[in-house]
Amino acid sequence: MAHFTKATSVKDWLNQRLAIEKVEKVMASEYWIPKNINFLWAMGMVLAITFALLLVSGIFLLMYYQPHVDHAFYSVNFTIMRDVGYGWLWRHVHGVAASVVFLVIYIHMFTGIYYGSYKKGREMIWISGMLLFVTFSAEAFSGYMLPWGQMSYWAGMVITNIFSLGGLHMDGLVEWIRGDYVPAQAFLTRFFMLHVLLLPLAIMGLIGLHFATLRIPHVNNQDGEEIDFEKESKKYLAGDKAGSKVMRFANDFMSKDMMVVGIYLIFFFYLVFFQYEFALDPVNFDPADGLKTPAHIYPEWYFLWSYEILRPFSVNIGLMAFGFAQVIFMLLPFLDRSPNAIPASRRGAFGVWFWLLLIDMIVLTAMGKLPPAGIFSTIGLVAALAFIVLWIALPFITKNEKKA
Amino acid sequence: MKNKEPLIFIIVVAFTLLTYWLVEPFAHSQMHKHVESEKFAYADLPAVTKTGVAATGKELVTGAAACTGCHAITKDGLPAAMDAVTAAGTYGVNPPDLSNAGALYDAKFLSDLIKNPAHALKVEHKFDAAKGKMHPMTPFAGAGGEIDQEVADIVAYLQSIAVKPEEVTPKMAFENACGRCHAVGYEKWTQIGEKPAFKFQKESLAFDIKVLEYQESLTKYMGKLPPDLSMYIRSRGEHFISTFIENPQAHLEGTAMPRVGVTAHTAEKVIEYLEDAGDTKRAERTATGKNVMIFIVIFAIFALLWKKQVWRDLH
Amino acid sequence: MQNISRRGFMGKAFGAVAGVGAVGSLVAMKKTWDPLPSVKAAGFTTLDMTKYPEGELITEKWRGKPIFVLKKTAEMVASQTATQKARDIVVGGSHFMLCIGLCTHLGCIPGYNPAEKAFLCACHGGQFDWSGQVTKVPPPRGFDIPPFKIEGNNMILGEVGPEYQAMKDSGITL
Repeated sequence: MAHFTKATSVKDWLNQRLAIEKVEKVMASEYWIPKNINFLWAMGMVLAITFALLLVSGIFLLMYYQPHVDHAFYSVNFTIMRDVGYGWLWRHVHGVAASVVFLVIYIHMFTGIYYGSYKKGREMIWISGMLLFVTFSAEAFSGYMLPWGQMSYWAGMVITNIFSLGGLHMDGLVEWIRGDYVPAQAFLTRFFMLHVLLLPLAIMGLIGLHFATLRIPHVNNQDGEEIDFEKESKKYLAGDKAGSKVMRFANDFMSKDMMVVGIYLIFFFYLVFFQYEFALDPVNFDPADGLKTPAHIYPEWYFLWSYEILRPFSVNIGLMAFGFAQVIFMLLPFLDRSPNAIPASRRGAFGVWFWLLLIDMIVLTAMGKLPPAGIFSTIGLVAALAFIVLWIALPFITKNEKKA
Repeated sequence: MKNKEPLIFIIVVAFTLLTYWLVEPFAHSQMHKHVESEKFAYADLPAVTKTGVAATGKELVTGAAACTGCHAITKDGLPAAMDAVTAAGTYGVNPPDLSNAGALYDAKFLSDLIKNPAHALKVEHKFDAAKGKMHPMTPFAGAGGEIDQEVADIVAYLQSIAVKPEEVTPKMAFENACGRCHAVGYEKWTQIGEKPAFKFQKESLAFDIKVLEYQESLTKYMGKLPPDLSMYIRSRGEHFISTFIENPQAHLEGTAMPRVGVTAHTAEKVIEYLEDAGDTKRAERTATGKNVMIFIVIFAIFALLWKKQVWRDLH
Repeated sequence: MQNISRRGFMGKAFGAVAGVGAVGSLVAMKKTWDPLPSVKAAGFTTLDMTKYPEGELITEKWRGKPIFVLKKTAEMVASQTATQKARDIVVGGSHFMLCIGLCTHLGCIPGYNPAEKAFLCACHGGQFDWSGQVTKVPPPRGFDIPPFKIEGNNMILGEVGPEYQAMKDSGITL
């Protein structure tokens, strides 16, 4: 057993038992961050804050939400929106944050791709991040079922039908997932469970893993420069703050994180109070009707690109293309054959690939929402093919890249 | 080293806005038919040329025109001939009480309606006298004098007994113009009136049965049960509802829903009623929104000042 | 040195602003926990006091709680002691024992024994007489009387009338 002495203060008492000073150093004041980074490196904090907003607003929604097919719509639209004090606020915050969190995730992802932050020992950062993307997607989808409106019901119908795997006709699997022939009570209750318990637990675990993966390789920097963190941190601690290439996480980088969070929250709350329709789809304010499909059904904007990869093809090819799109991002660290961990702008063909991918995904996103007819249908097909071609070409482009 | 942050910021914002524009304003403009408001002018209906005399109109309403055979005018002490459920069984829908019709509905519309209901209501695709399908409201064929003068007299009478247009309340507007076909559950409104708070379940169920009986007749008359409008302000939005009320056919060709001929002011009141039902907290949302925005700007300024202080030593 | 203290100041100032935001959000959270307006609006019950039979205990419901109503017999009224009379409620010439049917000890519902004209709480053995007075501990006081207002032959539970106010002021009920 450790040796304990009479404590001189509360801090000392805690220190002897929990080593709080050490923990503070490891997690914050001597967690070293390169100075050569820009505001895109604050997206992690922005995501953490958004997740906290989702968690808090979700807790208050959970107090009045009723996971029953006959009461869910009423509990959301009458009880929470009309009766509960500030119930509407929690719903707006929850709905808008669920949408905006994906915008920030995409910015975070493309930042990683642009600066090559998935290479040279940082593969696990990328993989754990992609696992978070998958769990967030499942969380968003399961949450979308809960108001039990028209979009909830028909999204539930269409997405679960994907698991019949086209020509394989695995209807038994679809019924197993739903617990019924159609999305009904069993379906709603199990998606409620997934949304409020299992998936949040998985997300929190993965967030812990994602942080842990940063520990050894450290965060990347704007020029992919390899920094001797040992040496630079000593320089900083010796008093040469300006000369050192690194800074403390807290308060040095944290103050910048907070500045970015401040600007982000201005944008976020503007959306919550004044521009929320993009996140709270009007069609979902009609109660679920299993005998009437809405005129236009489409997923939330953040799923549109992968939905559009599914849509232009016949059912089996579409499903294969869709499956391809779901896993291909995960494999990025292994498909990029170049050892260069530098910004895309200095990587020749890869730079072109980066911007093409970004633009292609925006085109897919737009076409995914537009009615699949005429010119939009053709553009969608071209963009879906382009997506697949881009990823197949990646190993060949990067293999021939000159070493920087 | 050059500071690249402003450029990066512009790129991030530009791509975000582009994506937003594509999936929201642009995509929705492609998905939905755009119907421009006609400002409730009812330009397709003939202009009113005669000046009516209310006293003559009253005689016509109770006499030769026989309006009160089906319509109540409770304000003038003329009750309905039958209760709502029986009326719906007879006509398909309960004919409206005309007490405030003069204020709620456009004069041009009323004039045309009296002479040719199916035309004014834009339901001639459903009710064609030539094919023997009569609209339940009998057209007024005149009482021997000049028909346009007589119609003007009837309208003048209805206007004389109605509340002043500025006294029209949201509830009054909705109940008369929409509420005989559409329920609004969140306001306890049913097609036969507001559901009272009953002490005993038996009474409550008896009321529900009456509503169901009414709805049965209504469904037969309309082809399907008109939807509950509780959340329509959020699911359809103000512009859609307003232009739909103005001319249902412009949005949904062949729909059984009649043009109800409300004035622009009445339509505004109907919208207000639906806002009170489905967007109750809109005032609180705007007020809270303003305060939160002010706070969050202050928060961002302090964060910026803190960052500047901390980073002074780092460069 | 001055520089360092100023930096510390900005950090604290920022922390204070963030704290104000956190407290502000607590206000919204507190309001969310409040009973719903629809619950509060349903907190009134009207009883028609003409329909109760003499000497029989009837249980009504108000705000989810049982309400004991006992129309006293002539014998009971005649034999009332001063303290029993203090709890008496008179509506339309009839005398009533009306109270919240929860033991004032820990909130169980005592059972009524018509033969003994007394209440026994099975949880911890507390006893009350037919007027609602406590006759055996542990309950610290007689049955509580709900806020009421007499309107003709009706009684509105949840509203405060002068008779209730008088009982409250004299300490007969909490």
